[in-house]
Amino acid sequence: MYWNQQKECMSRDELENLQRKRLQKTVEMAFHNVPHYRRVFQAAGVDPFEIENFSDLQKLPFCRKQDLRDNYPYDMFAVAMQDVVRIHSSSGTTGKPTVVGYTRKDINTWSELMARSLMSAGVQRQDVIQNAYGYGLFTGGLGVHYGAEKIGASIIPISGGNTDRQVMIMKDYGSTIITCTPSYALYLAESIEESGINPADLKLKAGIFGAEPWSENMRKEIEQRLNLKAIDIYGLSEIIGPGVAVECQEQDGLHVMEDHFIMEIIDPETGKVLPEGERGELVFTSLTKEALPIIRYRTGDITRIFSGACACGRTLRRIGRIEGRSDDMLIIRGVNVFPSQVEHVLLQMGEVEPHYQLVVERHGQLDMLEVQVEISETTLFDEVRSLEELAYRIRHNIESVLGVSVKIKLVEPKTIPRSEGKAKRVIDRRKL
Amino acid sequence: MVIKQLSVFLENSPGRLKAATKVLAEAKINMRALTLADTADFGVLRMIVDKPEEAVSVLKKNHFAVKMTEVLAVEMDDTPGGLNTVLEILEGHDVNIEYMYAFMGSKPRKALVIFRVDQLEKAIDCLSKEDIRLISTEKEAEELIHFCWE
Repeated sequence: MYWNQQKECMSRDELENLQRKRLQKTVEMAFHNVPHYRRVFQAAGVDPFEIENFSDLQKLPFCRKQDLRDNYPYDMFAVAMQDVVRIHSSSGTTGKPTVVGYTRKDINTWSELMARSLMSAGVQRQDVIQNAYGYGLFTGGLGVHYGAEKIGASIIPISGGNTDRQVMIMKDYGSTIITCTPSYALYLAESIEESGINPADLKLKAGIFGAEPWSENMRKEIEQRLNLKAIDIYGLSEIIGPGVAVECQEQDGLHVMEDHFIMEIIDPETGKVLPEGERGELVFTSLTKEALPIIRYRTGDITRIFSGACACGRTLRRIGRIEGRSDDMLIIRGVNVFPSQVEHVLLQMGEVEPHYQLVVERHGQLDMLEVQVEISETTLFDEVRSLEELAYRIRHNIESVLGVSVKIKLVEPKTIPRSEGKAKRVIDRRKL
Repeated sequence: MVIKQLSVFLENSPGRLKAATKVLAEAKINMRALTLADTADFGVLRMIVDKPEEAVSVLKKNHFAVKMTEVLAVEMDDTPGGLNTVLEILEGHDVNIEYMYAFMGSKPRKALVIFRVDQLEKAIDCLSKEDIRLISTEKEAEELIHFCWE
């Protein structure tokens, strides 16, 4: 089942010609309309009119999350605000969030990509989609919503949370498709079991899960406990949102929407492009976006490109599951967390040493973030109450910056392991 | 009027208390009174030792977080109601007790209790007025600390 067979199954030659044409246009447009790109292209000594082939792409400098922050909120936009019809922003709040904009055409493109993704997962017009991704600044909710409407499926815009209601609606409204994060899917499975409902009595046939890392083991568990087919979807707001890549019924790698994005896999240390099949950091260049053209954006996500044709018939190349991060970013319950955010809070407070460690564990289906903080010479701790108050203040300050709940553990001085003078910041004990 | 008390921050995990007492043992520091407060994650070991300055220095050298604080040492009758009398006075003057613990090796028929209060001066003042004996001089404190049942 394809939404757009012509595009999803076009020959590689045809696709690459299309990509080349679109690449040239995007690079020129970015150069002319976005001061940031003009500056960095000129600094790198690149003439945008010389970018004709994929190998020329490597002459262009990378774009990073920090570039978006430095141009907060709208300076990366290539169109006037009168042409922007939608604004989303990232969950991560290291300093400033990253703001992304869409023209009417961008929204149409995104809806098309989501329609392709949903159909790839098995969605049809007659399906009832329970969309439990959050609606709001986060791209998950509205991304799925527009794709579903494009197909003509019935969407229930329930958004995230309120698990009891989710279960009731799933049963009473006869939802056939569930869309949410994989950890929430497991949480739902638990609630369904607790409520005494037999998952086989539900009408669910597929789930489209993304926005956080997961694994084959989790897939098996979700499929078995919810009695559905679990499909992995990938995307990030800086590129367009969900729908950048998605699995097909083969469940063997995610097809990247290559007619709209060029992907590269680079060595995160050297920035060199790696040969197909090697593991490295995923980099995207947009080919059709108007409001926020993005050139060589470093996603920080580690994966590899699959070579060879897929049995589903799509010619779009596939990437493997996201295996990790090239930086130390953590994704906790769908929210991006950088250790530097915690460091910033601790330094500002000044009551403890900025020696800390983030420990992530999965309790049941829920990710728990523990922040271990070394107390210092200046910490007042004779009274347990004052320590508890300190832990409370740290927790409050960190939570207001990260946007996720954390547990604070005060630890003795010099107990957080240091390597070459720099502490190891993140321990991820989640078994995915 | 006051006695020097050490507080050591300890993680609530096996071996941490012993690690601290080992440092003190090796430095030949005698502990005269102690209490251990605990929470799920950490504990605070509070103690009166014979050589507080030296104890602070060896603990710090071994990377313990240690603080010296001033606490009140109050002598009371070792009879029913002895502690109650003292608490009534403090309550009557709105002095709040953060924590308290008893002292080892005191005089016969007398009990010594360590108080950490929110208003140290006021507590000293009201207890003295009611003829409650406080350990008031350095010398007295030292004698007490070094006093042992032979």
